[in-house]
Amino acid sequence: MTVEQIGSEGKDQFPIGMRVLAVDDDPTCLLLLGTLLRRCQYHVTTTSQAKTALKMLRENKNKFDLVISDVHMPDMDGFKLLEHVGLEMDLPVIMLSANGDTKLVMKGITHGACDYLLKPVRIEELQNIWQHVVRRKKKDRCNSGSKEKPHPDSGEAAGIGNVDNNGKLNKKRKDQNEDEDYERDENGHDNEDPSAQKKPRVVWSVELHRKFVAAVNQLGIDKAVPKKILELMNVEKLTRENVASHLQKFRLYLKRISCVANQQANMAAALGTADSAYLRMGSLNGLGNFHTLAGSDQLHNAAFRSFPPSGVLGRLNTPAGLGIRGLPSPGTIQLGHVQNSGNPTNDLSKLQSFVPGNHNTNILQGMPMSLELDRLQHNKSVGHIGELPTTDSTTVFPGSGNLVDARITGFSNNPLLGVTSNSLMLEGSSQQATSHTSVSAIGFQNGNALSDFTSIAPASNQLQDSKAGSQGQASPINCNAGQIIRSAPQEWNAPRKDAPYQSHASINSSIPINSAMIQLGQCLDRNNSIFHKTTDLDSVGPLNFVDPLSIKHGEGDNSIMEPSVIEKEGYLMFQPRPHGSHVPDNIGSLEDLASAMMKQEGGCNGYSLRTSI
Amino acid sequence: MERNPMRRQLAIMRQSLFDQGHVDEQFVQLEELQDDANPNFVEEVVTLYYRDSARIILNIEQALERKPFDFRKLDAYMHQFKGSSSSIGAKKVKAESTLFREYCKSGNGEGCMRSFQQLKKEYATLRKKLGAYFQLARQAGPVETASRPK
Repeated sequence: MTVEQIGSEGKDQFPIGMRVLAVDDDPTCLLLLGTLLRRCQYHVTTTSQAKTALKMLRENKNKFDLVISDVHMPDMDGFKLLEHVGLEMDLPVIMLSANGDTKLVMKGITHGACDYLLKPVRIEELQNIWQHVVRRKKKDRCNSGSKEKPHPDSGEAAGIGNVDNNGKLNKKRKDQNEDEDYERDENGHDNEDPSAQKKPRVVWSVELHRKFVAAVNQLGIDKAVPKKILELMNVEKLTRENVASHLQKFRLYLKRISCVANQQANMAAALGTADSAYLRMGSLNGLGNFHTLAGSDQLHNAAFRSFPPSGVLGRLNTPAGLGIRGLPSPGTIQLGHVQNSGNPTNDLSKLQSFVPGNHNTNILQGMPMSLELDRLQHNKSVGHIGELPTTDSTTVFPGSGNLVDARITGFSNNPLLGVTSNSLMLEGSSQQATSHTSVSAIGFQNGNALSDFTSIAPASNQLQDSKAGSQGQASPINCNAGQIIRSAPQEWNAPRKDAPYQSHASINSSIPINSAMIQLGQCLDRNNSIFHKTTDLDSVGPLNFVDPLSIKHGEGDNSIMEPSVIEKEGYLMFQPRPHGSHVPDNIGSLEDLASAMMKQEGGCNGYSLRTSI
Repeated sequence: MERNPMRRQLAIMRQSLFDQGHVDEQFVQLEELQDDANPNFVEEVVTLYYRDSARIILNIEQALERKPFDFRKLDAYMHQFKGSSSSIGAKKVKAESTLFREYCKSGNGEGCMRSFQQLKKEYATLRKKLGAYFQLARQAGPVETASRPK
């Protein structure tokens, strides 16, 4: 919570004095908005230029609590501003428009807006906008807290460093004790100490963020510890804590985008939005083939998470594993967000290759795997899985140069089984031959534990290059894709409320699915491919097949258990915890992850993507 | 409750603005924002609106002179116009802009032209009425409270 004057004595009169930045090119509306906000007793700064707004925000990240922006502006698209703010400053952003088209609203949400208001805006609506600030802070805290271990109650690690620099927040939350427990990787610097040590907030510019992502990719998301990242980034004045906190946010962000991506895919499919290509994923009729992207070795290694297979396996069979299945996924996770076509800035999605650990086990339990698509290199970070044409389409996801780690977290409602015909090709950047985008999309079912897995295994670059058309935006690897993947055209009986992807039904079984979405949690040794080679995966190298046998649906309504999860060198990686620590007790972390995920997921719906970064 | 005849007249004028559909609820919101700290708020906003909207109308006119019509652009302008009109509660003007946009979306050039003419008329009427209203308001002194249209 912030008070009007930063650093003033801790009198917190929030929401009074909440600092809002209002952006609107229409002077009439801006004047009105500003006046209304002042009437609500907020501290208001107005500007008619988006660029000016960004500048103000960048100057001092801690200057504002909330941003309200018009959608249609001449100098910069409101959505773009939204992304920037979310990525760089992690502030809640409310969109404002005279146009209340569902599509636009959807777009706002997927780009991370925490609310969408229609003009003319009324004071009653503005009186409650402070909730977004609170919510975000709370969530961040919650997330950081749960990373470590499920914190059912306390959840609020004070470490949400960057969100609120002044320690007041922490104090309020009383999580001082959390700090100690806090993982060392986590940003602990701005917790507890109240105004005493207020480190200046680091502005995560696009450049900086790029370096960050590159470093993370290089290390591999599971091995990416702040210390190493910091070293790789080699930026002055950046502390380990800054990196740690950013890493945390980044992970959340990825989770979130996959969550949103899923939702979006669902919605999109329902709405038929044209925007998100990934929507097509959901609605793909007969998704094409998902070619697993063959990741290059380095990718694999990097991404590879070494879970002891047995451990994982064991996990699977354990109640925990089973329990995971039962976890209600909030919905399919979609990476849709990422797709903002052409907005490169933010999404770092790294496609990470997930290695399905044990072939025998069905790895996919309803754990969400996060799929990150690295967009460093290209603007189209969004992988539109949706692009897959019915037959054999491969979606190429341009990954960043050398790494396209796609970690898809998807919750799919459908038990995905036969990852069959969908070939999701994640292509590293088109330029780079090496890019291997290994995308493991993990589809999760909402509530149904798994069986949906779409693991987009890293596909070979070559593969990708050719095929797909391009839409290679990795990010939209919808987890839905996972669902789509079915070898046999099985109808998803899964009653998915929002399952847009009836498309799977149309997937021909004949088409091998290269990528299987594998539910999280099973970090599998890539070598143990669960996947057996598939047959005719065109151009896909060795396909590994995930044996879905063990995949059980949480809800059991899907009978689609096709053992056709084919994954090319598939590996599903799942990072149990978004924090830097690797794998340690991962097995144990499945549960944790699950619960963490659940928590995440809970917030996922409608959660602004922005929050995570 | 207006004892002062001028105030009474003002109230009547104001009421007729609502009754005739020139302004809507949003206008009341503006009035509610007017207070001692901001005694001429409504007029300020409306004046700002005039300036801005005049510019947009000009743009639209120019765009309508270029054939074939660039509907996308026309729609964009009108969207802007609609936004600010709705912000001050200009009801009829807003309705007309919606209509214009419909015509744009369906590519109906004729409809656009007609609708635009109508819009300009409404806009002119509104300006006149509001102008008179504010003038009287200034003479009458601050109105006590904003009252809801019946």
